[in-house]
Amino acid sequence: MGIDISTETGTDGDWSPARPRARARTGNRVTAEAPVKGAPDHYTETGRTEKDPVTQFLGWFSVALGAAEIFAPGGVARAIGIDEDEHRALLRVYGLREMAAGVAILSRPKPTYWMWNRVIGDAIDLTSLAKAMKNPESNTAKLAAATVAVLGVTALDIVCATRLARIGAEDVGRDEGSFELPKGNDGQVVVGASVTVNKPVEEVYAFWKDQQNYPRFMSAIDSVKPTSERRARWKIEAPAGLSVEWDAEIVNDTPNEMISWRSVDASPVQNTGTVRFRRAAGERGTEVQLEAEYRPKGGPLGAKVAEMLSAIPKTQLAMDLRRFKQLIELGEVVKSDASAVAGPHPARPPRQTEMEARQ
Amino acid sequence: MRANCWEGTKHVRVENVPDPKILNQTDAIIRVSSTAICGSDLHLFNGFIPTMEHGDILGHEFMGEVMEVGKKVKKLKVGDRVVVPFPIACGECWSCKNDLWSLCENSNPNAYIAEKMMGHSPAGVFGYSHMLGGFAGGQAEYARVPFADVGPLKVSDDLKDEQVLFLSDIFPTGYMGAEMCGIKPGDTIAVWGCGPVGQFAIASAKLLGAERVIAIDRFPYRLKIARERAGADVTLDFQETNILEALKELTGGRGPDACIDAVGLEAHTHGMQEFYDRAKQSMRLVSDRISAVRQAILSCRNGGTVSIIGVYGGFDDKFPLGAVMNRSLTIKTGQCHVHRYMKPLLEHIEKGHIDPSFVITHKMELEDAPVGYDIFNLREDECLKVVLKP
Repeated sequence: MGIDISTETGTDGDWSPARPRARARTGNRVTAEAPVKGAPDHYTETGRTEKDPVTQFLGWFSVALGAAEIFAPGGVARAIGIDEDEHRALLRVYGLREMAAGVAILSRPKPTYWMWNRVIGDAIDLTSLAKAMKNPESNTAKLAAATVAVLGVTALDIVCATRLARIGAEDVGRDEGSFELPKGNDGQVVVGASVTVNKPVEEVYAFWKDQQNYPRFMSAIDSVKPTSERRARWKIEAPAGLSVEWDAEIVNDTPNEMISWRSVDASPVQNTGTVRFRRAAGERGTEVQLEAEYRPKGGPLGAKVAEMLSAIPKTQLAMDLRRFKQLIELGEVVKSDASAVAGPHPARPPRQTEMEARQ
Repeated sequence: MRANCWEGTKHVRVENVPDPKILNQTDAIIRVSSTAICGSDLHLFNGFIPTMEHGDILGHEFMGEVMEVGKKVKKLKVGDRVVVPFPIACGECWSCKNDLWSLCENSNPNAYIAEKMMGHSPAGVFGYSHMLGGFAGGQAEYARVPFADVGPLKVSDDLKDEQVLFLSDIFPTGYMGAEMCGIKPGDTIAVWGCGPVGQFAIASAKLLGAERVIAIDRFPYRLKIARERAGADVTLDFQETNILEALKELTGGRGPDACIDAVGLEAHTHGMQEFYDRAKQSMRLVSDRISAVRQAILSCRNGGTVSIIGVYGGFDDKFPLGAVMNRSLTIKTGQCHVHRYMKPLLEHIEKGHIDPSFVITHKMELEDAPVGYDIFNLREDECLKVVLKP
C-alpha cells in the first residue's frame, strides 16, 4: 500500500494530504515544480524537463549518423569498410531508425523508450558488423575500428537508458502545465472528490463516524459491520462465490476534522480511505473531501474485485459523495426512472421486475 | 398507461408504458389532467439536445390530481389539484434554500453527465434528457413527481386548467426574463421571439412597468397576438425589417434598455448568417444557432441588460463578446427558478391581471401528440401553443 497514513495524523483543519512522495530526485532532474495558485497543495505544475548533456549528445549523434546513412550510404559504407553497392539499401533503413531515435530522444520529455531503441539498434549494428567481418570483400581493419566505436556508443546508450528508467515515470515526462494526481509509492493513483453539504460539521462527522452508513452511498460496498471499537468488516457481495470481505481499522479519528481507515495486514483487499471535514465559509455548510484506494491482491478473485472497484474511480467517488449528500440532506438517495434501474433504461417508469434486478 | 415517447429525431409516438410507482418516500403520483408541448420540447423533437434515449417519456408542463403520496409527504394529500414546476428541486440544499431552484444540487442522479458538458450540473428536469436526470415526463396519463411537498402548487377548483397550467414553465420563464431586465420607469424592452414564452415575457414586461415593449418575430399571426393579447406596443418582422436599424430608430439611436432572447438554439435569420449557422449546426460543429442572441446583444443600449431565457445546449461561436465587454452590457440568464414565481404569479391570475390561456391555439387528445408536435414545429395552422388532454 502506497500511503503511510500515520504521517497524516494531527491535521489541524488543513486538509492537504501530507503524503510522502517517494520520488527519485536525481541530479539530472531540472524540472521546475511550482505550486499552482488556488489549487490543493498536492497539485504541482511541472515545467519542461531539460535532458542531461550525454542524452542530448546521443540524440544529436543519432540524427547525424541517421542523416549520413540515409543521404550518403556510399560514404558510410566506405568508412566502415563494407561493399557500398551491396549495402546501400540496408544502410538507408538503419538510417531511418537512427534518425527516428535521434529526433525522439531530443524532443520527448522522457525518451527512455527511444534510448532502449538505440541500444537495440546498437545490437543490430554490432551483429551486422560481425556478419560483415566474415565477408572476404570487407576491409577488416576499418570494420574493427567501426565495431570498437559502436561498442563505445552502446555502453553510453545503456548507461543513459538505465538512468532514465530509474528516474521513474512520475518524475519526468508529463506534459507542460499538466496537473498531477497524488500517487501512492507504487504509482497507483489515489482518487479524491469533494462535495459541500448544507449541514453543520458535527452532524456530518457523526454520519461518517458510523461506518455502517457507508454502504448506503458507496456503490461498490455492500456492508460495513463494526467488529470492535476501531475495526469493521467490509464486504463486497458478488455472484459465483466472488464475494470478498476484509477488515479495516480506523487509524485516525479527529472529531469534526477527519476519519482515516486502513485495511489490516493480510486482507484480500488493501483499502485505505480518508475523509476530511471543513466548515464552509459563509454559512454554506460543510465541505467534505474523500480519498479512497482499493487494491486487490492478485489472483482471479483480485482481478474481479478490481474490476468492480475501479471502473471509473474518480467519477465513482464523486457519485458516491453525491449520494452521501442526498442521504444527509434528504434522508434517501434520489432516484429517477432511468437511475432506479441498473444499466441503461429509458426515462419511463421501470417495471417491478427491472427494479428487483437491481437488488 | 399511455405516454408520449421520444423515438428519435422528428419522431414521437404514444405508447403503452408501465404505470409510475413511488420510488422515493417524498414522491407523489399525479393523474395528469392537462399537459402542454413546450417550445423547448421541439429542441428534443428536432434532435438538438444530447443524451436522449428511445422510449423516453416527454413533457415538463403538466398538472393534475394527486393519486398517491409517499410516506414522507406531509403537505400534499390525495385528491389535491396541483400544477408541477418543470425543474425538480429538493428544497433542502444550499441552492434551493437560496431561491435557485433550477440549480438544485440533489435532484439530478446523472449529474456526472451534465458536469462533463457544463462543468457543474443544474437540477433534474422532467422528460428532458438523461443528462438532466432521466426522469419520465408528464405527457402521459400519470406522472411520478419527486419532492411532492416542495414543487407542486395547489390550485383551487374555480380556476380552469388552461389558466394555471402554464405556471409549470412558460409563464414564470417569461416573467423571469422580464424581471432580469431590472425594468425602471421609462424603459424600452425588446423581445426576440413571439412564441409562448416570448408572449409571457412581453406581458410580464408590461406588468413590471415597461414604458414600451417591442416584439420581434417572423410570423404575422404571432406578432398579432403579441400586439393584441400580450400588450406589445410595437412589432417588427425580422424578415422585412433591419432589426438593428429599426430599434435604433425607435429609441432615438440609443437602443432598447434591455433585450430579452426568448428564441433559443433554433433561431432563424436570413442571408449568409442563416446559411452559416445552419451549416455549422447540421455538422454538429456548434450546438446552437445563436442569431437571436447575437442581434439582441448588438441592439442593446450601452450599459443595458441582455436577458436570455431561450434554451441553449452547448458550445457556440461568433458570440459577440466584444460588444458585451466594450459596451458594459449585463447578461442575465438561467433555467427558470419556477418555484420562486408560482405563488406570486398565481395571485396575478386570481386577481385577473392576466389570463395565461390566451396563448392556447390547439387542444387535442394525448393520443394526437405526434400531430401536435408536427404542427407546432412547422408553425402550421397558426399554431402557438398545444395543450394535450390525457
